[in-house]
Amino acid sequence: MKRAITSLLFFALLIAAWQIAATSGKFSRVMFPPPSDVAEYLWESAGEGTLGSATLVTIKRLLVGYAVGLLLGIPLGLFTARFKIFQDTVGVLALGMQALPSVCWVPLALVWFGQTEAAMLFVVIMGTLWSVIIATSDGVRSMPPIYLRAAKTMGSTGLHSWVRVILPASLPYLVGGMKQGWAFAWRSLMAAEIFVTILTGFGLGQLLHYGRELLAMDQVMAVMIVLIVIGLLADKLLFAPWERFLHRRWGTGTLK
Amino acid sequence: MSVEHELKNVAPERLEVDGVSKSFTTKHRTVLALDSISLKISEGEFVCLVGQSGCGKSTLLNIIAGLEQPDSGRVLANGEPVTVPGRDRMVLFQEHALFPWLDVMGNVLFGLKLKPGLTDKDRLEVATYYLRLVGLEKLHHSNIHELSGGMKQRVALARALAPNPRVLLMDEPFAALDALTREQLYGDIQKIWEARRKTILFVTHNVREAACLGDRVILFSPNPGRIRKEFAVNLPRPRDINSVELAHYSTEITAALKGFTPGEGLEASE
Repeated sequence: MKRAITSLLFFALLIAAWQIAATSGKFSRVMFPPPSDVAEYLWESAGEGTLGSATLVTIKRLLVGYAVGLLLGIPLGLFTARFKIFQDTVGVLALGMQALPSVCWVPLALVWFGQTEAAMLFVVIMGTLWSVIIATSDGVRSMPPIYLRAAKTMGSTGLHSWVRVILPASLPYLVGGMKQGWAFAWRSLMAAEIFVTILTGFGLGQLLHYGRELLAMDQVMAVMIVLIVIGLLADKLLFAPWERFLHRRWGTGTLK
Repeated sequence: MSVEHELKNVAPERLEVDGVSKSFTTKHRTVLALDSISLKISEGEFVCLVGQSGCGKSTLLNIIAGLEQPDSGRVLANGEPVTVPGRDRMVLFQEHALFPWLDVMGNVLFGLKLKPGLTDKDRLEVATYYLRLVGLEKLHHSNIHELSGGMKQRVALARALAPNPRVLLMDEPFAALDALTREQLYGDIQKIWEARRKTILFVTHNVREAACLGDRVILFSPNPGRIRKEFAVNLPRPRDINSVELAHYSTEITAALKGFTPGEGLEASE
């Protein structure tokens, strides 16, 4: 409770300072709008639906691309860890691709797929896939081999040991990789939306971009706030439950 | 199949090791870990394998478990050749090898879930029975990291017993525990062996432990791994590790062991 109050107080002070600085007359209100203007924009655009629909478009792109990235990345990561042929091929490829900032896929995606959802999906998948492959494969390889031996004596073989032993044993790494994949996907999607007008739907990145073109800094800041909130929510909804499970079961990462 | 039927004692298995050899090649040399080992363990017998670290005794246990293959020779369980792990031969490892992603109950259920012919309710009942047998029925929802070393080894024991194997293969299961916890477990393992009638092969480098638990103590020497001598321990059970009679046996065994090993890595009097 005390910590919550500390946090609240801090943010209240921060916003108050922003309000005072922006309305002091030292800065142009257009270039540096006060939080009240940003709040007004948020309220109005939420009412007329532009913000809501842009948020939906962006989140849909992100979730679909991310899900595909995970569905491809986790099995490929498992294979990479367990089979030499995958390790020498996909493993090396993933290592190289991961070093590439995923924004770099944007030009290629636009040439290949045009200004469409497919291009957006491609960029998000490329952002997710490689880090998930690497995290999964690292996780499996760091698993103590005794788990598999113990499982074998109890009659676990083949698919059963993949699903019931190898996968859960690498969960700590997997969650780390999923978080990293999410961060990469999120950044690359924003970059793509800001740089390119995607004709099949206006996302938050486009809203941000038009805000700049219209010199509507209240809009730019409002969209930034929405982006922050989405990031925080994703962390709370997608990853926090897994992390709580990991802390409880493995007894790791406990603060204090 | 009913729970009562599942919990019934099964006949322990007769083990026969027949001329088993196994060598490992490292960068620098080839080590003959097992040099044509032959050994018979009768139904329900408690046999301890003693030798210094690296003498091949764990390798032999792994081969009997079906986790490793011999270069030559074979292992027979009730006359049937062993080539793969089987539910009739469960292993207790030195590191407890419990799965951290499951709670205590989940761990004990792991092997049971792979056993056909039981309902989920049966499995739960069987697992609860074995947790009670090792004295941990209150901890069935605990996470593994919350348990002490001794408790972890007890859960591992319950997990190994749960599929009702005919043989228990124990690979220095108490080596990492403190002396007090170990003494408790000596008592427990003897009680459980009385109650559940298993053939037990127990690998250790602790002579006193071997004399306390085994009907027979078999001495191994390394390089090449060979059986050098065996002792029958004729003491009534349950045995106390601190008893004078036991000390007599362990002195004799230690002397024999020193006769053919340089004497390193032994724990004669702990």
